[in-house]
Amino acid sequence: MSLMKFITDSQIWKSIFRHKYPDNPRDQALAVLSNVFLHLHPIKVRKSGVRMSFTWCMGGLTFFLFLVETITGVLLMFYYRPVVEYAYNDIKALRDHVPIGIMRELHRWGAHLMVITVWLHMLRVFLTGSYKPPREFNWNVGVILLVLTLLLSFTGYLLPWDQLAIWAITVGTNMARATPIMGHEGPGAAFIQLGDVSLVTAGSDVRFGLLGSKTVGAATLLRFYVLHCIAVPLGAGLLIAVHFWRVRKDGGISGPM
Amino acid sequence: MSETNDKGRRSFLAAVSTGWALFTAASVAGLGMCVRFLFPNDTFEPATKFKVGYPDEFAASNAGVVDKRYKTRGIWIVRTLDGFFVLSTVCTHLGCTPNWLETEKKFKCPCHGSGFYSSGINFEGPAPRPLERFKVSLAADGQLEIDKGKKYQQEKGQWDDPDSFLKMEYSV
Repeated sequence: MSLMKFITDSQIWKSIFRHKYPDNPRDQALAVLSNVFLHLHPIKVRKSGVRMSFTWCMGGLTFFLFLVETITGVLLMFYYRPVVEYAYNDIKALRDHVPIGIMRELHRWGAHLMVITVWLHMLRVFLTGSYKPPREFNWNVGVILLVLTLLLSFTGYLLPWDQLAIWAITVGTNMARATPIMGHEGPGAAFIQLGDVSLVTAGSDVRFGLLGSKTVGAATLLRFYVLHCIAVPLGAGLLIAVHFWRVRKDGGISGPM
Repeated sequence: MSETNDKGRRSFLAAVSTGWALFTAASVAGLGMCVRFLFPNDTFEPATKFKVGYPDEFAASNAGVVDKRYKTRGIWIVRTLDGFFVLSTVCTHLGCTPNWLETEKKFKCPCHGSGFYSSGINFEGPAPRPLERFKVSLAADGQLEIDKGKKYQQEKGQWDDPDSFLKMEYSV
């Protein structure tokens, strides 16, 4: 008892926990107020909010999969090199030589699952009418998160650097040629010119910026790696925080109508 | 309000708006730098103009013999009894690289099944138009020279352009 008291009276303990044991309303409120993560969580959760048949738990599963992808992804980064000479062999080594040879499979299956859970989450929100005011802002945040999820999927697709990867990204990025104004084969691009010189060409359009060259090559591999591991996850992480916080601000998980 | 106060407010507002204008300009310039940074000046891709050998190195047939040696450079050289033309290896559907199937005398794309004759004309699958041709000419040293910078599209009537075809009767 005195040891417990010694610990809870110590400066270290008190600097971490700024309240007493939360068995009364005041300390329960302080427990939430003094925790940054709980600021993102709703103050109260309705009974319907934890009913599986209402939420399908798809938002929670999506977040869980995002965490799985982050952890397995960071682990994969310790072995994988986004360089043409190494990439494919590193992927094979992750299966054949690195301990826990299913780490990449976990990452891959998690990615597939995450796309599915995001869609189902969206379907649930649609079917329960949870996109309606005051939640319309959060619906739009969710739509952006859907796009970021698909972008994570797409950029990760190239990294194995096998035939499937290269041609899938070739086909996928060829669509960017037809971007209005910014793609060199898109509508309006022909009007962007200086005298006789066209400014939007295969070597300067939005697809070129995405690939880092005119065809899928070494520059593209590095670009997609950076997008996959840094840029898109950062954006997604930030918006996930906003997404959760908006759920709290809009009155928690919506109830049945 | 006294005149001095008014002047003080005016110079304060001028300083603040100048400051904000400079800050905005610097932010826009910084953003512009970030975007420009992502568009490299040089991409170290192979030269688009290159020589592929002497005309008598190529076999010919009526419909054209497809030479696959320069497929990695993105071209097939086709020799007919009348001369040469050069096809792009980029499928006109979504940009994969078809294969030349010698026994079936056709280019077949492995991605979605588009098929093209040795002339480059599409006849099956989702490809909406024929393969593109590139400029072919004779260099000063007598070798065939390809210029991928100049392309000719059949559907635009550009295959009639004299640069899209090198006239040279085949003699055994």
